[in-house]
Order: sequence, then structure tokens, then C-alpha cells
Amino acid sequence: MTVREGAGWKEIPRGGLILEPGNAVAYETGDWRTFRPVWHEDRCIQCLLCWVYCPDAAIEVKDGKVTGVDYRYCKGCGICATECPDKAHALEMIREEEAGADG
Amino acid sequence: MSLKVKSLKELAAAPQWLTPGHRMCAGCGAPIAMRQLLAAAPRRVVVGCATGCLEVATTIYPYTAWRCSFIHSAFENTAATMSGVEAAYRSLRRQARVEADFVFVAVGGDGGTYDIGLQSLSGMLERGHRVVYVCYDNGAYMNTGVQRSSATPKGAATTTCPAGEASPGKRQPRKDLLAVASAHGIPYAAQAAPSHWRDLVRKAEKAFRAEGPAFLNILAPCPRGWRYDTAQTIELTRLAVETCFWPLVEVEEGRWSITFRPKKKKPLLDFLKPQGRFRHLFEGQNLKMIEEMQREVDENWRRLEALERLTAPAEGLRRSS
Amino acid sequence: MGEDVRPGTAEAAGRDDRARRRRTALTGNEAVALAMRQVEPDVVAAYPITPQTDIVQFFASFVADGRVKTEFVTVESEHSAMSAVVGASAAGARAMTATSANGLALMWEVLYIASGSRLPIVMPVVNRALSAPINIHCDHSDAMGARDSGWVQLWSEDAQEAYDNVIQAVRIAEDPRVLLPVMVCYDGFIISHALLNLEVLTDDEVKEFVGTYRPDRSLLDPDRPVTVGPLDLYDFYFEHKRQQAEAMAAAREVIPEVAAAYAALTGRSYGMMEAYRLADAEAAVVVLGSAAGTARFVVDRLRREGRKAGLLKLRVFRPFPASEMAEALGGLRAVAVMDRCDGFSAAGGPVFNEVRSALYGLDGVRPDAAGRPQGRAPNGPPLVVNVVYGLGGRDVDPEDIEAVFDLLFRRIEGEEPRGEDGAGVLSRSLRPSPNTEVHYLGVRE
Repeated sequence: MTVREGAGWKEIPRGGLILEPGNAVAYETGDWRTFRPVWHEDRCIQCLLCWVYCPDAAIEVKDGKVTGVDYRYCKGCGICATECPDKAHALEMIREEEAGADG
Repeated sequence: MSLKVKSLKELAAAPQWLTPGHRMCAGCGAPIAMRQLLAAAPRRVVVGCATGCLEVATTIYPYTAWRCSFIHSAFENTAATMSGVEAAYRSLRRQARVEADFVFVAVGGDGGTYDIGLQSLSGMLERGHRVVYVCYDNGAYMNTGVQRSSATPKGAATTTCPAGEASPGKRQPRKDLLAVASAHGIPYAAQAAPSHWRDLVRKAEKAFRAEGPAFLNILAPCPRGWRYDTAQTIELTRLAVETCFWPLVEVEEGRWSITFRPKKKKPLLDFLKPQGRFRHLFEGQNLKMIEEMQREVDENWRRLEALERLTAPAEGLRRSS
Repeated sequence: MGEDVRPGTAEAAGRDDRARRRRTALTGNEAVALAMRQVEPDVVAAYPITPQTDIVQFFASFVADGRVKTEFVTVESEHSAMSAVVGASAAGARAMTATSANGLALMWEVLYIASGSRLPIVMPVVNRALSAPINIHCDHSDAMGARDSGWVQLWSEDAQEAYDNVIQAVRIAEDPRVLLPVMVCYDGFIISHALLNLEVLTDDEVKEFVGTYRPDRSLLDPDRPVTVGPLDLYDFYFEHKRQQAEAMAAAREVIPEVAAAYAALTGRSYGMMEAYRLADAEAAVVVLGSAAGTARFVVDRLRREGRKAGLLKLRVFRPFPASEMAEALGGLRAVAVMDRCDGFSAAGGPVFNEVRSALYGLDGVRPDAAGRPQGRAPNGPPLVVNVVYGLGGRDVDPEDIEAVFDLLFRRIEGEEPRGEDGAGVLSRSLRPSPNTEVHYLGVRE
């Protein structure tokens, strides 16, 4: 961030301009969660529906394949788990406190 | 025009103009709609946004969730502001002072579009600016805490049309904004829902290709205003489409087409039942309101089918094209 | 104007000026439309309103005839006009609009967005009274209502100054120290529709004077996208406003610089204000706009009679030239500030209150070590009275201004304010406060 917290008026760009496109990635919304989706790679059929329905761009996709959930941003809404096709059931919601300390 | 709609794999490889780290509520429909729409953008984008949830939650200084250029000026004027941006683009391109290609997207919620922004939207459509105007319709002023707009469905309770002993919630039906927009004779206008992403992306691609203004009305459920569990956002838009509460239609050069016909039309009840804003309708004398709403949905569908027939190209034309 | 061209037509404002400077008769609106054509902004968005309408029409004909490269956006309201130029300016275009009265009032919200976003838009404002009751004629209530919107305000005495101000406004607005929008105010009908012989520059001279607008940031920079107009809360909003205050203060040094460059080109020099026969004056009027010409005429007449009268014509109301004002008026004994706007503060009009405030603290009541009075006003600050005049286009003639001077000289001679002051021409405020003397000039009792 070029605009540091507490910066004075001489240090910041004029008129409220934000000069770093997409710098919101530095603002992590993952701590909003009370539930988290857990992705089971073995069950995933790579339909990418979770990706297209995620409000927060928190489904990680590499080379056209889902590789996991980005817990830095996932707010735990549960849309991905609801929309994951029944035949796959590759995403399930668990309570945040049930997640391992590594999450 | 015929289009091959991109696969999800292709869409996921497109530039993601809206980043994570925005502060829309969990389960909000608006960023889903925006992500799908912008994945279909063929070139660099400039987004203009009316005051509202999407604007405030994506640009909280000093953060911006936009990787593209973005401008917010006020609530009622995003179409006018983007008219100016697009006019500047035409002028500077003609003078070879801007070389890059851009497409322009103006976004407003239903308050900023159906109500306070209707005049500036009408001006932009009538003047023919090449801007894709997108309304994310969540059916109330959600940013200020769920007040009724002219997009609020009949029967819904909001904080300014609450249900009470003497009132069943909102008494008036929604404004038909798609008809209003298409009446400007613009090349493309459509209604879409993020549950039907393929249909939405196809419409977005058509809107971006239009040689003039385009209008997209996209249903965007609000878990807080509609009062349902956040995980049901897509389910609800699907129910809105399958009950024909939110028909998927497009108006291309004046020709109306229904782009999705439910195999079996579901009762409106299925859409209303999961939402807290309609709960009072299931009590006592309000039940007859549901019948009335169902009749209106059926009538609207018949009207759309009639419009489709009425505006279909003549036989001869169809053969020659 | 060419001898063969009829005034009030697009040709009058549109004549080709590549070859040579010329003296020509133009209306104020023709002169301003000509300046706009010569500046040739990238985008003009405008909506018609009396008495600004001519500008829009003339400019439309320049576009129709292919005389300008400008994108002309015929918006559906003034709110949208200002919104469109905000968008265009943020996109890196030099953008202009023009309006009057209710049109300016409708722009109100977006005026602040233009200045807060630091967009160097230039806007002629053809001053007209505000509704209700509806009235299409001149007063200054429209621009005075926008005085705190963060726009630089240049005021014009006649069509020549309006023309000159539009050209200078572009450079003032776009100066990197300023980057603020500028209003060029001139009186509806009195200036906008009256013919004046004036000197206009060649197109090339104007183009060279204003240069090409090259903003450091724009929405259309493909490599450096920018976010304009974010949600700015208690943690940074105040810092952005502090920057804006500094930009307006910087305009105080930029405006004279631009004026000096313009004087070098044209021989016509403009300051923040014009002090006319003030050096040894005892009484003076402070005036903005077309009434300055009438006041100058009256000052000359009074001087011939041996009365020490002077005039301060205010050209720049924002930024307010408080120290220059104190310098110019501090030594006088009585000053009448003329407001073509009431302001409805029940304590005087907007110009009055700012001028009187600028004179506060000059009173020399604190003597120096030797017991001599301090400051620029050793005899104490002048008495300052307010004269509200000309609302809704009510004429102000030399006799009216003479009545104002008459009042000032009576005060200097020690006459106390009385209820029936200047009956017939000057009507006293109904409930004057002990230290605030407000008169209404030319209103019927």
C-alpha cells in the first residue's frame, strides 16, 4: 500500500484517487467466517460452478481446474457447497472452530 | 447475432476485474452478477457505479477492488457520468490521444436505476452512448437498510412498506424496467439471473458487441433484505426464473425473445416461501395476495409470449437471413 | 464583427480568426461561445436555459459545421451536464459546460463532486435570479449559492472580460497547483445579450495560451487504471479536504500569474480585483459584475465635484482576496458593499459579510510601544454598510449609485442611521442590528 495508515494530507494522492488497481486484495475478509467450505479434491468433478457462483472470487482455479478455497477472502456464505452438484458433493460446510489450526 | 458462449474454463482464464477483498456481505448476489458480466468483457473495461452497496463496499479508501478504471460520482447520475467518459473516449480516440480499446459499463442498483437514476439512464439510452448499463436488482434500497423502491415486488415487506395489521407490505407491482429501457429503441436489452450463468454471459457478450447502448437487468438477491440463509442466493435466483417471477428475456433490435422456458413452471409460492420478506403473506387474509401475485406472474408471461410473436421477424425475412 | 455578419448569430461568434486579431462587436454570449470555440474543449455537455441558451446554440452550430473536434453531449438536464463533464474530465478530456440560475442549482450536488475530485472543468455561468417566483433576469443569487462549492469564481464586468476570463480560466483550472473547476460569471442579459466592441485573439493565440490538457491520471490510461470517487471515511476524508483548501489557496498565486501572462499577450491586465481611484478615497463601493461600469462612471462624476469617491471591483470571489481587500479598503472611512443577492442571513449579503470580515482586525486599537495606532487603518476600520440591489434584473442606474455614495458621505459627516434613510431609493432593513446596516436599493416601499 502506498497510502499508509495515518498518512498526512501532503502524502496522499489528490481528490481521493486510488492509484493501485485491485489493492483490496490486501484486505482479507476471511475472518468474517463462522462456517467454512472444505473442498474434497477426490470428489470434485471440475464443473467450476463453485467458481462462477462465488461472490468473493475465493475459489482458486489454476489452468482451468479448481485447486482449493482461498480462506483469506472466503466469507463462508455456503453458496459453493449448496451449488456443488449432488453427485459430487465435493464442498461441505463445517464450523470454523472445527477446522484445523492450519486453516 | 450468433455467439458461441465461453466455457467456465475460458471464463476463469479471463481477466478478473473485480478482486476479492471487497466488503459486500457474505452471499450477496451483486458481486456474482458483476463477476459473470465482466468475465465476458472483450477488452479493457471502465466501470462507473452509482452510489450503493456495490460502490461503497468495493472502494473503501484507500482500497479498491477494481483492477480496471472505476468512477463513482453520485447516486442518480452514473449513466450521465459514463456518457461523459464515453464521449471523452470518442474525442480522444479521434485525436489519437488515446490508443487503447475500451468497453464501458455503468452499474446501479434498482434504487439508482429504476428510481433516482431513471432520467439520466433514459438520456444515455436516447443519445446512443456505447455503454452497457447494468442494473443489479435486489428489489429495495439495501445500502440504506432495506427501503422500498419501484423494483420492490408486490407483497414484500421493507422498512418503508412494512407488513402490519393494516398493510400487507408493498401494494404496487414492480416497474417493468426492461420494457422502459427497450422502448428507447436501443440495440440490446435483456433480463438475466446469475443462476443461469450461461444465459447471463451470452447476454453480456451481446451487450458488449452492441453498436450502441445496451441495458441488462440482473436479479441479485440480498440475504439481509430478502431474509434468507446466505447459502441460498443462487437457489433463489433459480426459483425466481423457474417460477417465471423473473423471466429470462432479451430484446434485440426490438425483437422480444424468451431465452429460457422452464420445462415445468413452478408455483410462485416456491420462490416466496424461503424469504422472510414475504412471510406475512402466509398468514390469514394475506393469502389472497399470493393468488393475486401468481395471476400477475402468469399474465406477464402471457404478455411476453405475445410480444415474442408480435415482434418476430416476418417469415420471408427469417428465411433470407 | 464583420460588417456583413449579423450580431447574435452563430457566424458572429464563429468567424474565423486564424489570420489576425480583430476588434469586433459581440454579445457576451457570442464572445464566450467564441472563446469556447477557440479553446476547443474535447467534450462539451450542456443543457439550454435562459439566458445561457445562445452559448449552447452557437456551440452546436460549430460542431455541426465541423469547426471543432469537440464531442458535444446534449444532455437531458443540468445535473447530467455537470455529471457528464465530471466523467469526461476524469477520463482525461478538457471539458466545459455552461449554465444559469436554476440550472446551476440543479447541478449543486455535482459541483462538489467536480471540485472534490479535483477536476479542472470550466463553466461560464450567466447570472440569473433563482425561483421562486420564476424570473429570467440578472442577479447573482445563483453563483453566490455555489460560493462554497470549491469552485474558483471569476466575475466579469463586460463581454470583453467574460471572453478574457474564459481563456484564463482554462489555465488556472489546469495548473497542477490548483486542479480545481472554475466558474466564469457574467450578468444575464446585461452582458450576455448586449453588444460590445471588443478585441478578440486569433485562434492560434488562444490555442497556444491554453496548450493541450495532459492530466497525470485518467480513467483511459490503459497501463495505470485509477479509481475515482471512492468511499472516504473519517480516516482520510479530512486530509482530502485539507488538500482542497490548499489548492484554493494556491489559486491565489496562480490567478495573478495567469493574468500576467495574458496581459503580456493582450495588453489587458486583470488582478484579483481592480482598485479604481481608491488611493486617496474616503468612501467607496465594492461591486461585482456589470454594475462596476456604472459605479466607475459615478466615481468620475463625484471626483469632478471634488468628492473623494472610489470603486473596488471584485474580479475573483473564490479564492477570496481578503488581504488585498484589507490593503485596498483599510484606509477608507466608509464602504458600501453591493450585493446582487440577498443571502437571507438577515444580517447582510454574502459579499458584504466577507468584505467586512476581511477588514476586521485592522483597527489599530492596540497601540505600539510609542502609543501610536497600529495597522493599515490607523483611524479604525471603515464603516461598512451593505446595499442589496438589482434583484431579478431591477435596473441600477448612476443616480442609484450616487444615492449610495451620498449615504456614505453622510455617515462620514457623522449622521446616524435613521429609519427613513434615503427614502425612495434606499430602503433600510426592517430590523437592523446595531452594527449591521443593510439597505435595499431601488426597491419600492
